[in-house]
Amino acid sequence: MAAVHGDAHSHGHDDHHPSGIMRWVTTTNHKDIGTMYLWFSFTMFLVGGFLAMGIRAELYQPGIQILEPELFNQFTTLHGLIMVFGAIMPAFVGFANWQVPMMIGAPDMAFARMNNWSFWLLPVAATLLVSSFFVPGGAAAGGWTFYPPLSVQGGLGVDLMIFSVHILGASSIMGSINIITTILNMRAPGMTLMKMPMFVWTWLITAYLLVLVMPVLAGTVTMLLTDRHFGTSFFNAAGGGDPVLFQHVFWFFGHPEVYIMILPAFGIVSEIIPTFSRKPLFGYSSMVYATASIAILSCVVWAHHMFTAGMPTVGQLFFMYATMLIAVPTGVKVFNWTATMWQGSMTFETPMLFSIGFIFLFVLGGFSGVICAIVPIDIQVQDTYYVIAHFHYVLVSGALFALFAGAYYWIPKWSGRMYNETLGKWHFWLSMFFFNLTFFVQHFLGLAGMPRRIPDYNLQFADFNMVSSIGAFGFGLTQLLFLYIMISCIRSGEKAPQKPWDGATTLEWTHLPSPAPYHSFEKPPVVN
Amino acid sequence: MRSKSVVALTGVFALALYSSMAVGSKYNLPEPQSVIAKDIYDQHIMLMWICLAIFVAVFGVMFYSILKHRKSLGYKAANFHHSTVVEIIWTAIPVAILVVMALPATKTVIAMKDTSSPDMTIKATGYQWMWGYDYLQGEGEGISFFSKLSTPKSQVENKEPKGENYLLEVDNRVVVPVGKKVRIILTANDVLHAWWVPALGIKQDAIPGFIRDTWFTADKPGIYRGQCAELCGKDHGFMPIVVEVMEAGDYTKWVSTQNTSAIKTSMHVEK
Repeated sequence: MAAVHGDAHSHGHDDHHPSGIMRWVTTTNHKDIGTMYLWFSFTMFLVGGFLAMGIRAELYQPGIQILEPELFNQFTTLHGLIMVFGAIMPAFVGFANWQVPMMIGAPDMAFARMNNWSFWLLPVAATLLVSSFFVPGGAAAGGWTFYPPLSVQGGLGVDLMIFSVHILGASSIMGSINIITTILNMRAPGMTLMKMPMFVWTWLITAYLLVLVMPVLAGTVTMLLTDRHFGTSFFNAAGGGDPVLFQHVFWFFGHPEVYIMILPAFGIVSEIIPTFSRKPLFGYSSMVYATASIAILSCVVWAHHMFTAGMPTVGQLFFMYATMLIAVPTGVKVFNWTATMWQGSMTFETPMLFSIGFIFLFVLGGFSGVICAIVPIDIQVQDTYYVIAHFHYVLVSGALFALFAGAYYWIPKWSGRMYNETLGKWHFWLSMFFFNLTFFVQHFLGLAGMPRRIPDYNLQFADFNMVSSIGAFGFGLTQLLFLYIMISCIRSGEKAPQKPWDGATTLEWTHLPSPAPYHSFEKPPVVN
Repeated sequence: MRSKSVVALTGVFALALYSSMAVGSKYNLPEPQSVIAKDIYDQHIMLMWICLAIFVAVFGVMFYSILKHRKSLGYKAANFHHSTVVEIIWTAIPVAILVVMALPATKTVIAMKDTSSPDMTIKATGYQWMWGYDYLQGEGEGISFFSKLSTPKSQVENKEPKGENYLLEVDNRVVVPVGKKVRIILTANDVLHAWWVPALGIKQDAIPGFIRDTWFTADKPGIYRGQCAELCGKDHGFMPIVVEVMEAGDYTKWVSTQNTSAIKTSMHVEK
């Protein structure tokens, strides 16, 4: 090795990785692992999307047509779990794997072998989860929040789900420790914390949240497991336990989890908006502080998911005020993005369109979030379609749109080829149209009194459900267009220059060719 | 791009229309039938207006910028990147708005939680998949019955046309007098359920092994329908709640017909 070192092709010298399938099984390269994360999460997105299509097909008309109620509950449960743990979270980790080392000028992740392990746990967990449909009794059917005592009633499917969550949790904890260590120890000389790209900052904060709350989730599901099989009574009143305890512990994980899925999205958008506005990000430091305060606040608002569980007045008021406070740093972010665009020199390529779409719809999700935070109103809308609409506005048009934006933004750097801009724009406008068709009407359904997680409904809800289902089918089909755009880009797209976006300023664009070499930044760049 | 602003304007008007729309509309909460439900309804409308104002302000600026500050128009990018004054202002204003939102909400929360000195008390028990009611205190004390979905299976299976109250009808309604403070005590027999009647503005989880309570005072006689709002298994969507509010005289009559059957039930139990 040392003999070849020092020649001009500094990137070629340890490219002796195995080829074929073993390349992917044994790889410790952050780019390979990032790619696998992204393909894995897209696959799970299609699986979860298939379940969503099933749900919307059943709800297309009143009456039971396609899915019997028990199977319907399995669909809603697994749709939630797969989208949260299989699609959105791993996709962001994939982005972190590709981008964090390149954006801070590091050669790879800090723990390269552990990186391989944290990825390869995911297919195992996903297999457990998906195969639970085929065991006696079927998959878990207690909702993605699997509240006991209902989740104690389920069969083998619930146990498979619990093990799957354990494994996913282990994977996330390893992944986030890796990200924290990489960011804190491997930045290029001169890149102080307050010079890091916003995406890196949001991931640093997200990774801390993950390390904080994933063990709590692991503990919760373990308690559930022992309640199910080993005679404990953590959540069983007859044995001195309390079903509401589960909700507290679950949401102590679950609410930070919401921000785990949105903070990296903020990061992606904060990279894209300045690039296409050709103007630096407005209020960089307030952006960092806003992200940190959202993360801290997210740990003290969990019980706003439980306003109808019955809580002392003081408890309800505390959680209401704390929840409302989150609107302040979130507002700061939206204002900063707007100010970044203000007096810029904007162009509207697909990444920018998805980012603007993100801000627009995420703000609508934020509005309905504030409305849900108000205890008296939440009493009406909790566990209705209003809440479904709210969290799809922040998770689909929030997290997912940001992921699309990021994929279009960085695919030239990853593949060395450009995507088809016209098709990209089609993908955006179709997604935008069908997304709103699907979810905007669900606000009305919720207000009018349609509970969530029901397979059949009164005739007064029929027209909006039909609209919503049509929107959902359209949205689902549109995502196949995304798959086509990405595959044809990777296979036969035009060659991309080093910096296809003239406003880009981060290291991967200024210092690395497209596609980024297999080993980048073996000698750290100097940042001034 | 002109079309985009037209779309945005239409959206704004649609939103304004929805938020101010008359009660009983399918775009809004159901017509409120109790003090609490009325408070909730009004606060929701107020919040919609506030959100609309913020929406117009923020996206007005953003879309103006999108229309004008574009490279295709030859606009040259400025290079400012922070302003402490502006940032303090746009942190302070949202805080003020939130205080305005929180004040009425706080009052309502305190009122909602006050279940003291009711005129009558009814215990509701959630079962997989029906509700049980026991009149514990007040006029009608001792009445006890189960309340199950009365929609025939054939309607669910699409073999018969569906009725107006499809899935929102029961064999035995909860009957209460108008204008009386009714305290509902909740528990469950097996898993979590939630007792929800939108028009009365109450929703409360029923938790096995624990007691929770809530209350309402109905303003007008009528039939108010709701559903279980906490996933409770296979037939979660098939355990509705129907409350019938009667004038005091009618209620007394109803009680007299019920008492006999209640006595029958208790004799049956003693055997």
